[in-house]
Amino acid sequence: MLAIPAIGAILCLYAGDRNARAIALAATLIDFALGVVLWANFDIGGAQWQFTERADLFGRFQWALGIDGMALMLIMLSVFLMPLCILASWDAIKQRVGLYMAMFLIMEVVMIGVFMAQDLLLFYIFFEAGLIPMYFIIGIWGGANRIYAAFKFFLYTLLGSVLMLIAMIAMIAEAGTTDIPTLLNYDFPAGMQTWLWLAFFASLAVKMPMWPVHTWLPDAHVQAPTAGSMILAGVLLKLGAYGFLRFMMPMFPDASAQLMWLVFGLSMVAVVYTSLVALVQNDMKKLIAYSSVAHMAIVTAGLFAFNQQGIEGALIIMLSHGVVSAALFFCVGVIYDRLHTREIDRYGGLAVNMPAYALFFMLFTMASIGLPGTSGFVGEFLSLLGIYEASSVVAFVCTTGIILGAAYMLYLYRRVVFGELTKDDVKAMPDLNPREWAIMAPLAAVALWMGVYPESFLAPMRGDVTTVVARLAPAKPAGDAQLAAGKPNADAAHGETAHGSSHAGGVQ
Amino acid sequence: MTADLMLIWPELILTIGGLVTLMLGAFMGDRQVGIYQLSALLTLAAAAVAVVALFGVEATVFSGTLSVDAFGGFAKLLIYAASFVCILIAPRFFSGGMRAEYPTLILFAALGMGIMASSRDLMTLYVGLELNSLAAYVLASFMRTDERSSEAGLKYFVLGALASGMLLYGISLLYGFTGTTDFAGIAAAMGDEPGIGLIFGIVFVLSGLGFKISAVPFHMWTPDVYEGAPTPVTTFFASAPKVAAMALMTRIVVDAIGPAIGAWQQIVIFLALASIILGAVGAIGQKNIKRLLAYSSINNVGFMLIGLAAGTQQGVEGVLTYLLVYLVTTLGAFLVVLQLRDEHGNQVESIPALAGLSQRRPGLAAALSVFLFSLAGIPPLFGFWPKYLVFEAAVNAGLVPLAVAGIVASVIGAFYYIAIIKTMYFDDKSEVEVTGGGNAVEGTIVAASALWLSAVGYLFIPMLAVASAHAAAVLF
Repeated sequence: MLAIPAIGAILCLYAGDRNARAIALAATLIDFALGVVLWANFDIGGAQWQFTERADLFGRFQWALGIDGMALMLIMLSVFLMPLCILASWDAIKQRVGLYMAMFLIMEVVMIGVFMAQDLLLFYIFFEAGLIPMYFIIGIWGGANRIYAAFKFFLYTLLGSVLMLIAMIAMIAEAGTTDIPTLLNYDFPAGMQTWLWLAFFASLAVKMPMWPVHTWLPDAHVQAPTAGSMILAGVLLKLGAYGFLRFMMPMFPDASAQLMWLVFGLSMVAVVYTSLVALVQNDMKKLIAYSSVAHMAIVTAGLFAFNQQGIEGALIIMLSHGVVSAALFFCVGVIYDRLHTREIDRYGGLAVNMPAYALFFMLFTMASIGLPGTSGFVGEFLSLLGIYEASSVVAFVCTTGIILGAAYMLYLYRRVVFGELTKDDVKAMPDLNPREWAIMAPLAAVALWMGVYPESFLAPMRGDVTTVVARLAPAKPAGDAQLAAGKPNADAAHGETAHGSSHAGGVQ
Repeated sequence: MTADLMLIWPELILTIGGLVTLMLGAFMGDRQVGIYQLSALLTLAAAAVAVVALFGVEATVFSGTLSVDAFGGFAKLLIYAASFVCILIAPRFFSGGMRAEYPTLILFAALGMGIMASSRDLMTLYVGLELNSLAAYVLASFMRTDERSSEAGLKYFVLGALASGMLLYGISLLYGFTGTTDFAGIAAAMGDEPGIGLIFGIVFVLSGLGFKISAVPFHMWTPDVYEGAPTPVTTFFASAPKVAAMALMTRIVVDAIGPAIGAWQQIVIFLALASIILGAVGAIGQKNIKRLLAYSSINNVGFMLIGLAAGTQQGVEGVLTYLLVYLVTTLGAFLVVLQLRDEHGNQVESIPALAGLSQRRPGLAAALSVFLFSLAGIPPLFGFWPKYLVFEAAVNAGLVPLAVAGIVASVIGAFYYIAIIKTMYFDDKSEVEVTGGGNAVEGTIVAASALWLSAVGYLFIPMLAVASAHAAAVLF
């Protein structure tokens, strides 16, 4: 799986423009097929680590790959989005196509590698390697202010990760191994855990991105080409949350419990603040970028609820957000290709001349808001349930974010799609072409599938989540919700809980 | 005595080969570039073979003034390889102006550096250092008619003489207070608590050596000399003498003044941090690529010193690995610079002129990007690995704050590396038509080193680990 995009990338560099597109598409499709095979052969409820592969190539550390359920789902997300990204940039990219496609394929190698790595140093190498192709993608094919955005992206994320490297060195020195499964069960001394936790947090919070270190994200998104935004929102943001779940929580349970309120506090601020910021954006991509920050904040809060629902919910939000935000960025890309502006005011009334587009855009908007039946609902409901169990106040604040989310997404939709079709250039815009259909349809199908029957996504991950919860159990602080009492806490998330409970049978 | 001579074959070969090359030049004239170049290259190759043949031998020769060991062997191989490349690339650069003195001087410099790397006595140290320096001063001003080259030579000479003076003063203090010039003897006489006189001696010795490795605050000459000297000579300065001086510094710190860790460690830490930070900040405003690479070498020396500051075997292994990777990167980067020429065949050194290089010379731009990202230490390029090793050594030696400060400062360094890549890839084509072009030899070296520094290098880690551990073990 790693080899195919790597070979494809090298071929693309030497192929002409047209060939490069075809090679890239073929490589990503083959990888997607391999991903499906991997999923089909994944033994749910079997050993925690499957498909392991180990070779002592590097002396000090190993070429060790292997996946568990969480990694499997995130790999599926990457390989699913990749061919769509290639298709999305089929016509939009006209310069240096070979290099562009090569960068995307390298990106794919890196992403799959991160999720597969079973060795701490190998993980770090893949984790950092993503910076280089993304730097080129933003910098060469980005918008007007691309250079500033590329620098900001690169330096921000680099600064975060170097601190993680120091923490890793300290961990390796302490535990004497770089093997991730072994480290997962190693008990670090409590005092050391806090420092290691903070160092990892510095890196992962930037990747995530959490407030207040999210400022690189809107810039990077706005300036990146459509496919770049898709992959950035779809997969790269998930690296942070994956790191939280894979490293910080199981490896440093005491520190996680101790610093839980730091995460909750930042998440609460992020949910409300970035939602409000999103409300006043004029640039469509910026709006969606801020909404990503808000969604990721719910993910962090859900993860740190320390219970099954919260973590499963957070994972589903990650997957759902991966699909939905990629789709939304593509929606923006579609009309950007036609009119070359992302200003919301320039559009209006698209429902009249682009009905198919309006339909898809509607679906993804709803999924982003979390309407029942779409993927967003399942994740948000589950994670809020988990958060509520841990702290009703946090759940209350996060729910506010969802209401605000509905506000800004619907406001965006109204301004772009409804209204009078007055502008001549907007009138002349044609509806979706077959290529765009081919991208929209799978995304929509997955968003609905995840909303109607999330079990197929949850099942592979359940065992791993249970492991993490069990690992955290000794350190877990008591929640403030009296779940057994039967009387709902009056101030907390009343509407959402009541509303959700009627659907709960279908969801669980 | 004869037994001693048998053990210094590499030095003997270099001496004889250097003299033969000089005679060839004197009698056959400067025109016969091929002949004296070949003689110099063969000499270096033979010396390298001799080093390899002596692997495994551990002995001291000439009443303990020189040591034949794996550590010196490792450093010598690097030095000879760098000198080999620098001789190989010269004729095309100097075109008509190539003279037989160039390979001869490099051979003598390499001889001096070999002595530096294997000395275990303050006197041999100084002899090796001066042999290398004197050859280097002449090399810096090799283009006699070029003003900048002459200026570089003069500057290098004046400041170098000052540094030698400081070193010599430090040596005299060390000798005066311990009564011996032998490294082991000094270590024995010094003990854990050196007196004030010895501390002064240590400070002066380290200052003098700091000049040779161009650590801040003794770095001022570096950008000027690098910019002014002819590019092949700059390539030489940035590679081989760095290895020799770093090896020498490691040997002195560990062997001679090792017990007084409280005295030298803080000096080395200061040099390391100052070099990393100033090397990074100073590079940001540079418009000339050779000056920029000078600051980059200052920056990288800082990282090596972090490994040295740890003062452990692991740290020394890190330094040795770092030297090897740094050498390959530097040679590659300067070879790319060597190929940058405008349509009249003149050298292009200004960074803004590189704009759009990725479209004119995609291969060259890609190779330079690999070198720069590698210098910045971004994985998956191999430049990450030695950085990791020195930081690991520092953390394991309990110097966590140093590691944190160093690694955070490395982000500043990343800024200017990616700024050059931005120029090459993101900016529109510049007005200067960089056509470049080089011969097959240069192309092969560039491609091979770029390939090695890409992820492929990781496959060599086991080999490197064995070699560096072997070499570092000698000192402990």
